[in-house]
Amino acid sequence: MSTPKALRQPFSLRLGSAAFLIFWCLIAAFPIFWIGVMSFKVPVDAFAPNPFDVVFGPETRARGKGLSILDIVLGLVVLWFAARVAMRNLSPLVAKYSPFGVVALGWIAASLAFGVGFVIVFFGILPPILGVLNGIAGPLGAPIIGLTTEHYQAVWFENEFWRNFVNSLIVTTGVVTVSLTVGTLAGYGLARSGSNIAFWILIIALIFRALPHSVLVAGYLPVFVNSAEILRPILGEAAPTLYGQPLAVIAVLVSINQPFTIWMLRSFFQSIPVDLDESARVDGCTHFQAFRWVIMPVMWPGVITTGLFSFLLAYNDFLVTSLLLDAQNQTMVPGIVGYFNRETTTTDQVEAVAAAVSITAPLFLLVMVFQRQIVSGLTAGAVKG
Amino acid sequence: MKFRTFAMFVGPSIFLMILFIAAPLATVFLQSFQITQPVVETQQVETCTPGFLEQTCVTETKTVPVLDEFGNPVTTTEWVGFLSYQRVLQLDRVGAALAAGSWQQIMAIDFWKALRFTLTFTLLTLPLILVVGLGLAVAVNNAAKAIRGQIIFVSLLPFIITPVIGSLSIYWLFVGDGILTAGLEWWLERDIAMFAQAWTIEVLMLFYRVWHVAPFAFVIFYAGLQTVNQDTLESAIIDGASRWDRLRYVVIPHLMPLIIFVSLIHLMDAYRVFEEVVGFRSQAHVISLQWLTYDFLEPDDAGNRAISRASASAMLTMIGIVILLIPLLRRTWRDHKGSSH
Repeated sequence: MSTPKALRQPFSLRLGSAAFLIFWCLIAAFPIFWIGVMSFKVPVDAFAPNPFDVVFGPETRARGKGLSILDIVLGLVVLWFAARVAMRNLSPLVAKYSPFGVVALGWIAASLAFGVGFVIVFFGILPPILGVLNGIAGPLGAPIIGLTTEHYQAVWFENEFWRNFVNSLIVTTGVVTVSLTVGTLAGYGLARSGSNIAFWILIIALIFRALPHSVLVAGYLPVFVNSAEILRPILGEAAPTLYGQPLAVIAVLVSINQPFTIWMLRSFFQSIPVDLDESARVDGCTHFQAFRWVIMPVMWPGVITTGLFSFLLAYNDFLVTSLLLDAQNQTMVPGIVGYFNRETTTTDQVEAVAAAVSITAPLFLLVMVFQRQIVSGLTAGAVKG
Repeated sequence: MKFRTFAMFVGPSIFLMILFIAAPLATVFLQSFQITQPVVETQQVETCTPGFLEQTCVTETKTVPVLDEFGNPVTTTEWVGFLSYQRVLQLDRVGAALAAGSWQQIMAIDFWKALRFTLTFTLLTLPLILVVGLGLAVAVNNAAKAIRGQIIFVSLLPFIITPVIGSLSIYWLFVGDGILTAGLEWWLERDIAMFAQAWTIEVLMLFYRVWHVAPFAFVIFYAGLQTVNQDTLESAIIDGASRWDRLRYVVIPHLMPLIIFVSLIHLMDAYRVFEEVVGFRSQAHVISLQWLTYDFLEPDDAGNRAISRASASAMLTMIGIVILLIPLLRRTWRDHKGSSH
């Protein structure tokens, strides 16, 4: 369809809007891109005032750590093949092997398998091969861009960041599972009941959503720290101290997240026609059976979207986890703040950068895979008001 | 749906919200009027050191915490009325400062400093986010279909990044002779230290928040733009409306409900500003209300947490939330009345 001449935009306007978009994309991506670049350089290069020194890393290169032309070419080829496999072959495989109705689980398994396979090939098999090839290639094998992974090794293994990663994994998995289970039930109930109670529950949930989290934590802290003494009359000697327990934090984060979850799931349930429930009821289902066997199979997109936002809340949380978990059970985001307190050398700073990139990488993948769901989640809340 | 079935569906969620949101709220309210302290007693202690001819003995009174049979300090809880509020607000110092007419003296008190920053931050970011979000939505709507997906992908990155990490990533660009500080110094030909005074940190915090939230506004406005009535636009063109007129009189009124929605969500979230203070490590210069409560809750050097002052500052923060919520609740109530008729 060609636009009529009257509607066509003048050249200056199109140029202006394109320039604005390019400028925005630069601003949006630059800080994230830049911490990625910094994390692979030795401290002198990472905090160099000249941008070209940061990108090409002369100091890092001088230490014999870098990428040669051969490395870059082969690396790009492997990346290209990986992307091709991900785009072309993954989706039919998932469609073929995932059990009925749980394509979502199939996708999660497939992305995990793909990710692990990619890491093995790219970081496990490729470097030794390239080491040999670089030795043979002569000038093509000499490093031209400085790059070192020493900070990642220091962060993950020497400073045991993997412990924080495991804790993050426990907390986020717990929060997503529990809040979706509780939330879908409540969301369905609220969407299908037109009563005044349902309305008031939603209003109160809206008020709860606005509460600053520090207000709530001020209520938990004294109770959690003394919970062993408070619960002793009921539970006897087995009474736990809730402070520092990942399970307690999961319960707290699920509850803080509940208002948002039920609002979002309710709006998704409302978009499913009531006729579907009614026909199931006519066929002799109870409310619960209708919910489980008729509504849930068509609700997966909404559940996945809401799950994504629950994941983000639990993964990004700093305030609750830093106050309610002790040092051994700390998750990744508060864990990184530990670097500031002993930030004495620039090496520590670059290690903190590497930790920050490690935290951001899963989110980056998440946007790549679930972009459409995130956009639909954002608009579902808004357009329905 | 029968009430019983409804209760079974909603029950677990309500239980969690009552136990972990409503109950803590009530405790915080009560705690703000109480103070829990270790019981202390004063003892006369005589310490003697050997000396020539006779010992030198000093008698002094010491305050010692009373311990129970397990060796834990005994604590008492007292009702103290508005004492904790008074300790947070420090109204006497404010009165003195007002009498002296000194703005700086008021800003030396943590609570008023935090309130000043939180309010300016909330009110300054709001128009910026609306303008940038709307601008992006219109520009992307103009762009070729093929590149829209990529632009949305790049735009979602600042929105989805962990707030602490996002503010850190901007902090690292400017810290010391960071890459952008070096660039600014070269351009302006003067020495710049971005983290040595409050106002530069505040500018960076504002920039970070706009960078972080504008994508959210953009996605919502962009979805709204897809539903603009094309016939209205065409008749506007026939009536001779310019591009600007069409945006001003057709598109923006169509997006008005979404603009209100984004503003309310943003006001709620910006009022809770917290992660920026952690990420930019600005506690010495700039603090926010939520950070103030957080700081009271963190153990101090002696390992004590100032729970009562934290509760008082939390309740004071709540007043602002209530004021922000009133228009939102009125709107929801109106919609509900409208939909039931």
